[in-house]
Amino acid sequence: MYKYNEFDEAAVRSRVAQFRAQVQRRIDGSLTEDEFRPLRLMNGLYLQLHAYMLRIAVPYGTLNPAKMRQLATIAERWDKGYGHFTTRTNLQLNWPRLKDVPDMLEALADVGMHSIQTSGNCVRNVTADHFAGAAADEIEDPRPIAELIRQWSTDHPEFQFLPRKFKIGITGSPHDRAVIRSHDVGLRMVRNAAGEPGFEVYVGGGLGRTPMLAQVIRDFLPQADLLPYLEAILGAYNLKGRRDNKWKARIKITVFENGLDAFRADVEERFERLRSQWSGVDQDILAEIRPHFAPPAFRNAPVDSYEAFRAANPVFRAWTDTNLHEHKVDGYAIVSISLKKHGATPGDATSDQMRVMADLAEKYGHGDLRVSHEQNIILPHVHKSDLPAVWQALREAELATANIGLVSDIIACPGMDYCSLATARAIPIAQQIALRFDELKVEHEVGPLKIKISGCINACGHHHVGHIGILGLDKAGVENYQITLGGDGTETASIGEKMGPGFAASEIVGAIERLVLGYLEIRRDAEETFLECVRRVGLEPFRAFLYEQEETADAA
Amino acid sequence: MAIIVTDKGFTTDDFASPVRPLAEIDQVQDGEGVEIGPADDPRALVGVLGQVGLIRVRFPAFNDGRGFSHARDLRSFGYTGRLRAVGHVLADQYAMARRVGFDEVEIDESLGARQPEDQWLARANWRDNWYQARLRA
Repeated sequence: MYKYNEFDEAAVRSRVAQFRAQVQRRIDGSLTEDEFRPLRLMNGLYLQLHAYMLRIAVPYGTLNPAKMRQLATIAERWDKGYGHFTTRTNLQLNWPRLKDVPDMLEALADVGMHSIQTSGNCVRNVTADHFAGAAADEIEDPRPIAELIRQWSTDHPEFQFLPRKFKIGITGSPHDRAVIRSHDVGLRMVRNAAGEPGFEVYVGGGLGRTPMLAQVIRDFLPQADLLPYLEAILGAYNLKGRRDNKWKARIKITVFENGLDAFRADVEERFERLRSQWSGVDQDILAEIRPHFAPPAFRNAPVDSYEAFRAANPVFRAWTDTNLHEHKVDGYAIVSISLKKHGATPGDATSDQMRVMADLAEKYGHGDLRVSHEQNIILPHVHKSDLPAVWQALREAELATANIGLVSDIIACPGMDYCSLATARAIPIAQQIALRFDELKVEHEVGPLKIKISGCINACGHHHVGHIGILGLDKAGVENYQITLGGDGTETASIGEKMGPGFAASEIVGAIERLVLGYLEIRRDAEETFLECVRRVGLEPFRAFLYEQEETADAA
Repeated sequence: MAIIVTDKGFTTDDFASPVRPLAEIDQVQDGEGVEIGPADDPRALVGVLGQVGLIRVRFPAFNDGRGFSHARDLRSFGYTGRLRAVGHVLADQYAMARRVGFDEVEIDESLGARQPEDQWLARANWRDNWYQARLRA
C-alpha cells in the first residue's frame, strides 16, 4: 500500500494547519458562513440533519491495519464509537464537533490519511476495483494510477470550484467491479495492438435525477497522456458546465447538451495545448509509486485442512460459497467481510469490529484491507488454510454474515436518518428487507441479486444500477418508494426502468418479496439469475407480480 | 480604493492606463489593459496578447471557478504579461490564483478589512506543497 513520502506528509500537515486556521477565522468573523462552507466541504466536513458529519477519504478504498485501527480510535475518541463505510469507499463519522475536527484531521495525518476533497465541487476521492491486485481476471493493477490521480487532483488550483462535484473511477479488469460508467470520468486500463498500456476513457456518466451511462471519448489514451488529458476534460467542463442550475451542472449534462463530438473537439484542442506543459516527470513519479503496490510474498501451502473443515461445517461452507472470490494465486482467496448483518445498518462498523478486521488483515491477510463501493470490507489476500480461523474470528465479532451479492447485501444511503437532503428513510427499509428474507430462508436459493436504495433523487444509494432499485420520495409529507428494475453497474451496464406507482413504507417490503418470489416461479432454471430473467422476460411479468397479485401475495 | 494583493502583501494599484472590456478589443492601444468576465472566451484575446499591459479576470463570486481556467488558458496561449484576478477572491484562494498563473489579486476595501493582510500573507508560500508543479515539472 502507498506510504507517504516527505512531500505528501508536509502537504497533508499544512492542509490541517490551514483548516485549523479557517475554523478559527470562521469563529472570529473573517470568513462568513457562505465563505466557510466550501472550505469545510473541501475538507470533508458537512452540516447534516442533526450535526456535522466528517467524511474521511479512503483513497481507492485501500487501508492497512494501522489506518483501520486509527479510524477505530478516532471514531471512539471524538465520535460515537462507530463509522459508516460509504459507496465512495470513504468512512463517515456522523457526530463530530466542529472544534474537534482539526484534531481529528491531525490524527488522520498521523497515519497518512486525510479528508481532503471528499466533498465540494472538486475532484472527489478516486475509486478503483476493490479486488485490485488480487482478482484472477485482472489485466493490470489500477491502484498506482489511482494514487497518481490522487496526488494530481489534491488541491488542484484550477479545479476547486467546478460547476459541481467530479468523480473518477478506474478498473484494471474487463469485469467492471468499479461501476466506471456511472462516473464523470471512467477509466478502463487496456493495451493497444502494440502491447502498450493505456486507457479507454469514458466521460459523462452519473446517477442522480438524470441517470446516464458514460460514453467513450477516447478509445485509447496512452498512459503517459493521462494527466494532461484529464486536465483537458476538467478544463472544458469547468468553462462549459452549467452554473445556473445545480441539477444540470454535472458533466453528463454538459456532454449531453453540447453533444459528445463537440465536447470531444474542445477537449482535444485543450489537450494539444496542455500536453507540452508536461515534461514526463509524472511518469517517473508513477514508477516510484508502483513498488508500493508490489504483490505480497504469497505462501505455498496445502489447503487440505480448509477442504476438510468446509466439508464438515455447513455454516462455514455457506459462507465460503458467498463471501469468497477467486484469487489470482492458487491456494488463496479474496474474502469479503459483510457489513450487512441482517437488520443492521448497511456499511456500519463499530470501533471494535474495525480492530478485529485490522487484526485479521495483519495476521492472515498480508496487511491489506479494502473498502468496497458495496459497503463491505475486503481482505484481498487470505490463504485458504487460514480461512477457518478468519471465519471464526469474524463470527465472534458478528461479521460472518454469508450474504455477499445476495438479497440482503443491500446498498443504502444514510437517508432521512442522517442526511439533510433525504426525502425518505433508506436504512430502515434495507433492514426490514434483510430481516424478511432471512425469515423466508430463500436468499441462497435466489442467488445473486443487487438491491440498492436511495433516500432521495440524488441517488447516493445507486438505485439506478440496482437489479432492483428503490427510490424513497416524499409524496405530500408521506414516504413513497418507487421501484426500478433491470439496472446493472458492471461491464453490461444499464439503467433500471421504472415499474409504476410507488409503495408506502409499510408496503415496500411486501412488494420486494413479491418480485423476488415471482422470479423464483418464472426463472428458466436455478442457473438463470434475477437480472438475466428480467432481461429475458421483460418488465411485464414483474409488473404483474407487483400490482396484480397483491392479494394473493399478501395471503401467502 | 482597490487593494492589490501580491506575495508581499497589500499595495495600491499602479496601473494607470485605461482598461477596456472585451467588447472594445479592437480599440486597444499598446500598453492598455483588457478585462474579461467568467463567460467570456479568452481565445478572443489571442491577437492582442503581445501588446496589452494588463489582463483583468473578473470573479463576481468566489465559488465561480471559471477565472482559474481562463488564467491557465491565457498562459497556455503564450501570454507572459501582467495577469490579475479581480473581485470576490478569498485569501484561501490566493495560492490557487498564483498557481494557475495570476500575478496578483485585486479586492475591495471591505473584503480587505474582513480578511486583512496577514491572512493573505499566510498563503504567500504558494509554491510549497504544490502537487501539480511536482508532477508537471
